[in-house]
Amino acid sequence: MAEIIQEEKGGGKKKAKKHAPHIDMTPMVDLMCLLITFFMLTSALSKPKIMQIILPDAQKSNEPAPRFLGSRTLNIVLGPDNKVYTYSGTVKPEEYNNLPPLTETNYSATGVRQMLLDRNRTLAKKIADFKDQVLTGKIVLSPDSVQSAIAKLKKVDDTGPLVLIKAYKGSNYGNMVDILDEMNICGIALYMLVDITWYEEKMVETAAGITSTAKAASTK
Amino acid sequence: MPKIKLPTKSPHIDMTPMVDLFSVVLTFLMLTATMRPTEPAPIDTPASISEKKTPDANIMTLVLSKDDRVFLNFDNGPDTILKFRYKVLALMGSRYNIEFTPAELTKFEKYSASLGVPILKMKEFLAIKDPKQMSAFQAGIPIDSTDNQLAMWILFTRQVNPNVQACIKGDTKTGYPIVKKVFKILQDYKVKQFNLVTSLEATKINLAEIQK
Repeated sequence: MAEIIQEEKGGGKKKAKKHAPHIDMTPMVDLMCLLITFFMLTSALSKPKIMQIILPDAQKSNEPAPRFLGSRTLNIVLGPDNKVYTYSGTVKPEEYNNLPPLTETNYSATGVRQMLLDRNRTLAKKIADFKDQVLTGKIVLSPDSVQSAIAKLKKVDDTGPLVLIKAYKGSNYGNMVDILDEMNICGIALYMLVDITWYEEKMVETAAGITSTAKAASTK
Repeated sequence: MPKIKLPTKSPHIDMTPMVDLFSVVLTFLMLTATMRPTEPAPIDTPASISEKKTPDANIMTLVLSKDDRVFLNFDNGPDTILKFRYKVLALMGSRYNIEFTPAELTKFEKYSASLGVPILKMKEFLAIKDPKQMSAFQAGIPIDSTDNQLAMWILFTRQVNPNVQACIKGDTKTGYPIVKKVFKILQDYKVKQFNLVTSLEATKINLAEIQK
């Protein structure tokens, strides 16, 4: 053992004079490239996005609720098992025994989005036209002004539906975000999240084939 | 004319400047990268078309997990000197008659993951040394009307940091009743504008689709 070590030492000393003091840095560069790529990607992509929503003031009892034309109202009821039910108009107290039929649809592009676009055609076209003009450079605006211009378009519109979103207790948070997202996609001007009423719960239960759960108390 | 003989060069390139540069970039990225703490519950956020980014500071996040637990996380403010977390816990302590020592408050300030510990168990929670034991205490913040600790957290967080923005980060499969309860609490405490944390999924509708 000792002999071998000595030999190596001697050889090393001799060679050291000949060798240029270069170290091969290629593996180190490789490794650093990898690490840099990793850190750049994780820092740039990790930020989650946010969707802003604004809730109205909790309703004061002495103020009358705002009134809208019944024919413009579109009710969307988020049902269990990722189903969506819709019906138009409102239900009058004398119609409680004869509730309007629910249309079943889903969260896909051909489902609820198609229906919302059908109802909101005029406004959706205006918004899409406007966005197109901004994209092609016919109108030059800062992103904030684009947003406010779209908000203005929505404000003056009086053709689109007033969408009431009601969530059945079997629906989930994902359903709610999905439907709010559809509102943004279709450019619906007026929409709100409201509490589900007992007759709508009953309608969903009939449509989904769930046995009604203790509704007698709430019917009064 | 004699042929010009090029000196035989070894095909080595000096990589030292490249390595120097890479070191600088790597150090910078490592230092700026924020370490994400391990969350008490896995959250699978729903997708939306919104492209707005989450702000860096002044946010309080209400995390709603699949199993109906509610967690809260809020930051220390735009500058660590502000010690918002420290002050909020001190206020919570005085509300529930619990005396927190400065060491406990500092530990709470440093703890950056979402929190789902009922206030009465907070002292025990902050005494834990092993992070693996912490998850046992994450039972979710009580939100019943009799013991609405979430409302108190929201109230004190907004008192200490008036610029705070509320964010809701829910799992796709979180049941709607719990979401509604949390909305109600926010509405009761005059938080009317808040953000839903989503992941981006680009969807576009084209003109032709509308016109047909």
